[in-house]
Amino acid sequence: MSEPTPPQATPATPPPPPAPAKPAPASAQRAPAPAAPASASPGEPASLGQRIRGGARGLILPVLAIFSALVIGAIVIVLSDITFFDRLRADPGTALGAALDEVLGAYGALFTGSLGNPGTYAAAFASGDLEQITRAFTPISETLLAATPLLFTGLAVALGFQCGLFNIGAEGQLYLGAIFGTFVGFAFTGLPWFVHIPLAIGAGFLGGALWGFIPGLLKARTGAHEVIVTIMLNYIAFNLVNFILKVPGYQREGRSDPISKVTIDSSWYPPLVEGLRANWGFILGLVAALLVSWLLFRSTRGFEFRAVGLNPTAARYAGMSIATTTIVAMTLSGGLAGLAGTSIVLGVTHTLTFGISAGFGFDGIAIALMASSKPRGIIFASLLFGALRAGATPMQSITGIPIDLVVVIQALVIMFVAAPALVRGIYRIRVPEATGLETFSQGWRA
Amino acid sequence: MTAAAVTVAPAVVVDRAAIRRQRVLGVVYLLMASVIAYFLTSDVKEGATSTFLLKPAGSASAISVPNLVVPSLAVVWLAAGLCAALGAVQLIRGFGSRWAVVLGIVVVAFVFAFLTWAAAGRSMSLIGILQLTVQKALPITFGALSGVLCERAGVVNIAIEGMLLSGAFTGAVVGSATGNNVVGLVAAAVVGGALGGMLAVLAIRYRMNQIVAGTVINIFAAGLTSFVAARVLGAHRELNEPEKFASIPIPVLSEIPIIGPMFFSGNIFMYLLFVLIGLIHYGLFYTRWGLRVRAVGEHPRAADTVGINVQFTRYRIVILGGIVAGIGGAYFTLGSTGSFVQNMTGGRGFIGLAAMIFGGWTPIGSFLASLIFGFADALQARLSILNVAVPSEFLLMVPYIVTIIVVAGLVGRVRMPAADGQPYDKG
Repeated sequence: MSEPTPPQATPATPPPPPAPAKPAPASAQRAPAPAAPASASPGEPASLGQRIRGGARGLILPVLAIFSALVIGAIVIVLSDITFFDRLRADPGTALGAALDEVLGAYGALFTGSLGNPGTYAAAFASGDLEQITRAFTPISETLLAATPLLFTGLAVALGFQCGLFNIGAEGQLYLGAIFGTFVGFAFTGLPWFVHIPLAIGAGFLGGALWGFIPGLLKARTGAHEVIVTIMLNYIAFNLVNFILKVPGYQREGRSDPISKVTIDSSWYPPLVEGLRANWGFILGLVAALLVSWLLFRSTRGFEFRAVGLNPTAARYAGMSIATTTIVAMTLSGGLAGLAGTSIVLGVTHTLTFGISAGFGFDGIAIALMASSKPRGIIFASLLFGALRAGATPMQSITGIPIDLVVVIQALVIMFVAAPALVRGIYRIRVPEATGLETFSQGWRA
Repeated sequence: MTAAAVTVAPAVVVDRAAIRRQRVLGVVYLLMASVIAYFLTSDVKEGATSTFLLKPAGSASAISVPNLVVPSLAVVWLAAGLCAALGAVQLIRGFGSRWAVVLGIVVVAFVFAFLTWAAAGRSMSLIGILQLTVQKALPITFGALSGVLCERAGVVNIAIEGMLLSGAFTGAVVGSATGNNVVGLVAAAVVGGALGGMLAVLAIRYRMNQIVAGTVINIFAAGLTSFVAARVLGAHRELNEPEKFASIPIPVLSEIPIIGPMFFSGNIFMYLLFVLIGLIHYGLFYTRWGLRVRAVGEHPRAADTVGINVQFTRYRIVILGGIVAGIGGAYFTLGSTGSFVQNMTGGRGFIGLAAMIFGGWTPIGSFLASLIFGFADALQARLSILNVAVPSEFLLMVPYIVTIIVVAGLVGRVRMPAADGQPYDKG
């Protein structure tokens, strides 16, 4: 391992960039007194140069992972065209050229759909028309919009990772949050927005927290592995949504399809810029990232989370309750995922349907892995995955390449990020070893 | 209640957790009794009977099986009384080591009361539900067997879901393209094995966390099959119309009442499964190969010391597990529905993992556990056809809820391979 600032010889010390003050990880030598190093022990502060270099080194792995995933994605695009081999046999040159065009077309549409077209920007600014300029920024707005729920689910999964818990249930927790948030959104009339929005957000958090509390409790009390329980709770949540959308009083009047009542506009997140769909939900996501960062790296509770994640035995000797920590971490994680649900309902759709989440909960896993479970990294990772999502829809409508390509790319990104040795083997370079996964409990043990 | 607790205190004072568990179980039994008494008697008419058909429709069997006709209300009240009595005894005295038997009796009484209620005043094909139970249990068992193989060697295989899905996809596409469903089956096995190989390389060679590696494979399989299905199968229907395997009733055995239609009238997958269960059971517990596999999963260092190649053994067994799961996946398309639908496995791979845990990491136990999940699945499918007064969404939740209960109730009580999930470092 090549660590510039070794605070202690734990193999799990992550690369330095987003760690301003790192309390020394729990080690067995800590006295068995109730540990409460709130904001103490900053270790040796790294110099600015070291931190920049460390940051650049930390970026190598994600960048190479994305690049490799895009390359394999391109191969998938080419090979899934079943006429490719016939054309290759007939005329290799044209076939390969057409394949290249197809890939570039798809990735080009993905890019302009998420970041916008330089030509459009230039024309808009040249015209000086405010409305046209706003419209040129639509792709970026869509990226922010898609990144918002991802920010929350990414934080949710990351919080679990830090405590050694694998929360695959963000998807179900998101739906529970949406069920609760939507209810507050349409049921409470006549409230001013500064009461209504917090109330709806709180309800969403509560719904998700409930769905996170169950696996936390079962894990702490019975040792049931959270992976299986959260996956099962996902399926239960899907059915619950389908059920509740047909309950009279929740279902919209005069509709036979499963759709909720429209939430009242006092519960809607205001847009960031008038005329674009991106809204203050994203800012809330950034605030949540700050709070999670504070919780994990500055608070006693967060220290316990990470201590239990890194070494449960040592944490127990230090007087921490693994059961309580597990339950609290899973509940908070579920609550964050529930906020993702409210960010969709209150920010975008203003109504609950079954289709509000297209796998945002599962993308949260990829995001947390990619960011090594660090809140700052999650902001960037969710922007990246938000861009992939925002660009996928125009990609499908322009080039006919199905949206599911993005799922393939995401799976590959996780694979490369979670196995640095793989990237090292392919590119023959040194990449940091830490992936943020060292905290994982192995097997089915509680 | 407190008085009762005081009287038994001297006998069981040593184990408070056991007392608490006993009380919880007792309360649960009483709750089940009140649910039966309150809900399942509500809209049953006086003197109504429930008819259960025990002979499959269109069966030409020589042995005639009479229908089971029971008075609905009486049976429901009887079940409620039984649950209440057992609950009371459980609460006061407990059943000691026979708790599992009592739990089984209560569950069976509850389910039978439920079926009687659902069939009150009409007839229900019980044999149909039982047949469907076995069919629904098939892919779950294949998944569980894959899990048993991998985890006995110390590799957690959470990628079963992805392997099933890829097997289903490959079976449908290759089976249709070649027009030969056997080729489709073999291709599904190969693809399953390839995913097993991928899991092995990621988990063993690159020492990736095994649960993350499995999750990657699951997402990858879901994305890739959906992508290709949307891109290719949408426009080329002919690639998604494989010939299904016909059922092969075994002569004589399929004539046995109830058992025959359940276990000896299936298609090739059913018999393949029975053979696999036997082979894996014998192989794991009665051969040198199995001893080595289990040694690798229990104590890799000791296995290494006596000259067993730990990593190579793990590679082989994970690929084998992938092949088994791939075959199980092909059942979804070649053995059951006949065409591929996106994400059609619906978490059956994870349920298979729960069945493996419930079955105590043994092939036969996994099969029995899978039958329970299969029953929950079959009940859900049949009752939604019967238009029972329970919202279909809640029926659809049943298999998943059962899985959670099983995992929560049993994971601490069964012994898992000691080195399960732990990468092995020579050196």
